[in-house]
Amino acid sequence: MAEIAPLLETRNLTMRFGGVVANDDVNFALEEMELRCLIGPNGAGKSTFFKMLTGQLTPTQGTIRFRTHPIAGNLPHQIARLGIGIKTQIPNVFNGLSVRENVWLAAARAARREASAKRAAAIVDEVLERIRLGGLAEAIVGQLSHGQRQWVEIGTVLAAEPELILLDEPAAGMTDEETARTAEIIREINRTRALIVVEHDMEFIKMIAKKVTVFHQGRIMMEDTVEAVLADSRVRDVYLGKKVAA
Amino acid sequence: MNGPVKLTLQALAILAACVAVAVMPSYVDLFQLMQFTLFCSMAVLALSLGFIWGFGGILSFGQTAFFGLGAYAYAVTAINFQDSTPAILLAVLVPALFALALGYFVFYGRISDVYLGVITLTVTLILFNVFNSTAGDAYAIGSARLGGFNGMPAVPTFNMPFDPSSILFPEQSWYVTGGALIAVYLGLRLLLRSSFGRVAIAVRENETRAALLGYDPRLVKLLVFVVGGGVAGLAGALYVNWGAFVGPTIFALSLSAEIIIWICIGGLGTLIGPIVGCFLIEYLVSQIGTQQAFNANLVLGAILVVFVLLLPKGLVPTVRDLLLAAGRLARERNRRPAGEETHALPGGHPVGAE
Ligand SMILES: Nc1ncnc2c1ncn2[C@@H]1O[C@H](COP(=O)(O)OP(=O)(O)O)[C@@H](O)[C@H]1O
Ligand SMILES: [Mg+2]
Repeated sequence: MAEIAPLLETRNLTMRFGGVVANDDVNFALEEMELRCLIGPNGAGKSTFFKMLTGQLTPTQGTIRFRTHPIAGNLPHQIARLGIGIKTQIPNVFNGLSVRENVWLAAARAARREASAKRAAAIVDEVLERIRLGGLAEAIVGQLSHGQRQWVEIGTVLAAEPELILLDEPAAGMTDEETARTAEIIREINRTRALIVVEHDMEFIKMIAKKVTVFHQGRIMMEDTVEAVLADSRVRDVYLGKKVAA
Repeated sequence: MNGPVKLTLQALAILAACVAVAVMPSYVDLFQLMQFTLFCSMAVLALSLGFIWGFGGILSFGQTAFFGLGAYAYAVTAINFQDSTPAILLAVLVPALFALALGYFVFYGRISDVYLGVITLTVTLILFNVFNSTAGDAYAIGSARLGGFNGMPAVPTFNMPFDPSSILFPEQSWYVTGGALIAVYLGLRLLLRSSFGRVAIAVRENETRAALLGYDPRLVKLLVFVVGGGVAGLAGALYVNWGAFVGPTIFALSLSAEIIIWICIGGLGTLIGPIVGCFLIEYLVSQIGTQQAFNANLVLGAILVVFVLLLPKGLVPTVRDLLLAAGRLARERNRRPAGEETHALPGGHPVGAE
């Protein structure tokens, strides 16, 4: 029996910016329904990795396969239509539009597969409740707090109903309570979908993680369970040292 | 303002505009009516740029390219067929197709926004030079001689649809032009409310986010650009109907610049703003033209500077914000005696609400 093919697989993925090698020969695989955490110090190449997965950057080298589709170098909208959704590190929302309109735009695209306006409206209501912004549905997103805008972006990602969800530092700028809520939502999503989550907050990682991949200087340094990664001396040295000691 | 109130107000405004168009001939003399006809055709042109710039985020420095192509397409067809019906259709179709070709090259070639301005400007200059050098019998399409820098005089004006023998009177031309302005406004308004319009606004707001949700920004912008081209072309036909003449100066860069000024003054990101700005400026320019003390371009420049400095959003958005603020104040004042807490909800305005 052949092994089940991974949901996402990269081979020799490399991204160079002039002399800077932001991603260096990354071989990465994610199973169906898996929840993976990516950690690593600033500048390790995590966001660059996400940008290649979503078509915002064309890899200098290497391949990306999503299910059976080779997607390296595809355009963002093509990849999105295959079912990869992303919350970017810098909030990426429609600032001039209302919360509801933001979520609707995502839902309408998803519901297009079923060509149903009713379906879109149902998704919008469901998502607004899930991100707990129902009371601010008509507010203009640009006037909300940073944390609330993060929620709006998470909401648009959910409403698009992707197969694979990428979250780049979802808890940044959130209160402890919001962070816990984010962890809860991530676990909930993971019942039906695969996720990759980039996060710095180790408490947060412990709340959600099973398997952790550590990026360092554009390479995968280590890949193991949360416990093993936290116990590893190299990881402590490059990244966790100060935080764990503190 | 909530939804239903707003819709009612908008419907009333449209109704008022229709009534104004209907009764205008009995209040003004023929000369003024002709002038208003010109203003309305220019306002359609203003709408075409106001739409693609304000809602598609596409700043074209050469919207007159489509205006001029529409005007020439109308003139050539009208002379050949001696019937304005197919001429009006082609006046919309030809510039729309030209916008499709040009836009495909620009948007699918991932040419940056800055170059879009340069390219549209250059295309307009090229068109001017091309049409300017079409003097002589060699340059004729069917029985229509393009006439080079002299242009094409005596172009047949509008007739009843499919009935070339009944030419419209100036009064009827006014109805058609004023009606066309209202129809274009309504059409664009409805388009902006449709799924497509909402997506277009989203692309203008944040192209990256739109793409990451699965919308193809290239296609969306291209379609917006094509609609703008078609509307500008219609304006061209209305313009030729007004003057029965078209010449290469229709591609003048000064007119392209003027459209941008109308929109800045009336308000970018609204549909009513470009119309208001166009009427105001055109009226002012026509008034200045009747005396010798001031130079029209100088006055235009001064007005633009004043607006950019004092009312950077333009007239319509500024007035709207003032009204909203007044409304909020009034409501709060009514509420306070009842001892209610008023939480300042994030108010403001969704873009594209006007
Ligand atoms: N567009 C870019 N141009 C040049 N260098 C870049 C660009 N994007 C990222 N980098 C560099 O690539 C490296 C990885 O960055 P990034 O992927 O953002 O790291 P992380 O998300 O792990 O903090 C950094 O050294 C960063 O400066
Ligand atoms: Mg990052």
